[in-house]
Amino acid sequence: MQIDDVTSYERSIAKYLRQDRLPHIWCAGCGIGPVLNCFLRAIDSAELNPDLVSVVSGIGCSGRVAGYVKLDSFHTTHGRAIPFATGLKLANPQLKTVVFSGDGDLVAIGGNHLIHAARRNIDMTVICINNFTYGMTGGQVGPTAPLDVRTATTPYGNFEPPFNLPWLLHASGASYIARWTVLHLHQLELTIVEALRRPGFSFIEVISPCPAIYGRMNKEPEGLDSLRNYIKRSVIKHGAGPRETAIDHKGPIVVGKFLDIDQPTLQDHLIGVAAKAKKPVKK
Amino acid sequence: MPDNGCLTGEFFMNGDNACAEGAISAGCRFFAGYPITPATEIAERMSRRLPVVGGTYIQMEDEIASMAAILGASWAGVKAMTSTSGPGFSLMMENIGLGIMLETPCVVVNIQRAGPSTGLPTLIGQQDIMQARWGSHGSYEIIALSPDSPQQMFDLTIKAFNLSEKYRLPVLIMSDEVVGHMSEKVVMPEIRTEDLFYREMPQKGAAGYLPYKTNGSLVPPMAIAGQGHHFHVTGLTHDERGYPVMTSRAQDQLITRLVDKIRLNADDIIMCNDYMMEGAEIVVVAYGITARIAQFAVKQAREQGIKAGCLQLVTLWPFAERRIGQLASQVKAFVVPEINRGQIVYEVERCACGRARTLLVPHSGGEVHKPAIISAAIRECHADR
Ligand SMILES: Cc1ncc(C[n+]2csc(CCOP(=O)(O)OP(=O)(O)O)c2C)c(N)n1
Ligand code: SF4
Ligand SMILES: [Mg+2]
Repeated sequence: MQIDDVTSYERSIAKYLRQDRLPHIWCAGCGIGPVLNCFLRAIDSAELNPDLVSVVSGIGCSGRVAGYVKLDSFHTTHGRAIPFATGLKLANPQLKTVVFSGDGDLVAIGGNHLIHAARRNIDMTVICINNFTYGMTGGQVGPTAPLDVRTATTPYGNFEPPFNLPWLLHASGASYIARWTVLHLHQLELTIVEALRRPGFSFIEVISPCPAIYGRMNKEPEGLDSLRNYIKRSVIKHGAGPRETAIDHKGPIVVGKFLDIDQPTLQDHLIGVAAKAKKPVKK
Repeated sequence: MPDNGCLTGEFFMNGDNACAEGAISAGCRFFAGYPITPATEIAERMSRRLPVVGGTYIQMEDEIASMAAILGASWAGVKAMTSTSGPGFSLMMENIGLGIMLETPCVVVNIQRAGPSTGLPTLIGQQDIMQARWGSHGSYEIIALSPDSPQQMFDLTIKAFNLSEKYRLPVLIMSDEVVGHMSEKVVMPEIRTEDLFYREMPQKGAAGYLPYKTNGSLVPPMAIAGQGHHFHVTGLTHDERGYPVMTSRAQDQLITRLVDKIRLNADDIIMCNDYMMEGAEIVVVAYGITARIAQFAVKQAREQGIKAGCLQLVTLWPFAERRIGQLASQVKAFVVPEINRGQIVYEVERCACGRARTLLVPHSGGEVHKPAIISAAIRECHADR
């Protein structure tokens, strides 16, 4: 796709957008919109059958993505997008299941489901908008918020160390792990395409501004301020080891594709189970 | 066994296993669960049986995930079930609400044990009856059935699937430890396609499909993922398109329909079982295993010349309010034994509305009532002037 060919570009994603739901709810300068745009372009370039793509979200600003995609889409409960998507996928293995949600949704309340889905290596792509906060509820601290940052519930600075998500996912058994910021939309699109096309559990973390709340409290009141910050701090390092990917409030933000391995998926194992089960039933 | 893998014939098995077989016969092909006494046998049997009939069993990381997973499976078009007991039932509540809001057919089995909290993990309770009714937040109606035997575990599991598919909501099977663990004869007939209900669906790829547009019936046709409808559903208050609408008007329209689809069909949903009810002056209202003990006490009372009868509530929710209301003006008293300190009794009292005495026979759990205690309550009411 040519960036200068605006018409064809718009056309390529317009068909995947619920245009009757626009304008969307996100604040000006929010990073979620650009990531959605990127995701839709990736759906198009991955040449998937859109009838077979299901998008599942939890609750949060990021969780509203499911409501704007013109695909089978489910806006579920806070933290439970992954187990909902697990049921969808297992009941119809033909489906391509994508979970699109926020750091609070996926890693705090839904953290247990995240690590177990990775462990199972179920065919699923999880896109995590990491804005270091609970945007929807007014910018409280979350499990990815760096130490010392200000949030609505850490007026004296965050006193809990954050998760290093690539490490968490690596240790849990994911097959594919990448991280970009909303500055890296081209790389992000290619990464999403790659993730959508591969089997197994893929996890893509996108560092994304929440200017309205988190940014305002941390000297990045405009989306652009965060982008400038990402320009300064981001370092592309494919294959970076889990220990290198921690994010603090001023050091480097390591981005890139960290893991891409082939291993048997849950579906592979289930096919084995079905074969073994074809014995007469014991009454 | 017919080629479809469903068991038929006579078996001696426990209620938990009979429930699993009922599910298989009903066409359930997805089970997600988490082990808990006294419901574990259902999961174990499903793990063995589902792969044989082309279904999928998965043990999730907790009951929250199990409940979410069966909703997902149902939206992929597969009949789905989970089973649990008190602590797990508590964890399922939020997503039972999602099931109600998205209008998702599925079956949740609660093999009740005595609580609160960990309580008596291996022993009976009938203490989650109000939780079944009101446990998830918000205003809604639910369907809950109460089996009294392994045979009913089989039969009512099929019934539960049919009701869930017909009315598009999670249907609860509120069984208990004694029924789950007792072994009795279970007759499994051949279940024909016409015995089973499957949700009404829109034409594959039909243009202009709106997920929550009803065609007069209160229950909208349900699309499933992967059929080209590109539909959206949300736990937010929504309109016919499935789109969020944050107004009290949209809320009223939606909630009224969700409530009405059950209330206005109560006669189709409610099942009661009359035992020696001819001319009864004292009616024991009971459910689950307690109904069988109540029937024993009623028979003894009749032998002593007391006009007692037993009304067994097979459907707990929606409550048989019309029936109780009618009886209230004919009978002297209702005796309500239940293995809790008073739950269904308040419904009976509400419907009796002062026209007949209502006497609770409570039990804190851990065992079933002794028939003599129910008999004493019957005699007490009989002696009333
Ligand atoms: C069970 C439950 N607890 C709390 C909430 C309130 N809540 C809504 S969104 C949210 C946090 C969302 O954070 P995140 O996933 O990071 O999304 P963001 O808004 O930052 O995109 C919370 C706590 C809820 N909806 N459900
Ligand atoms: S509150 Fe933050 S995350 Fe939510 S839409 Fe506004 S900028 Fe985006
Ligand atoms: Mg967030």
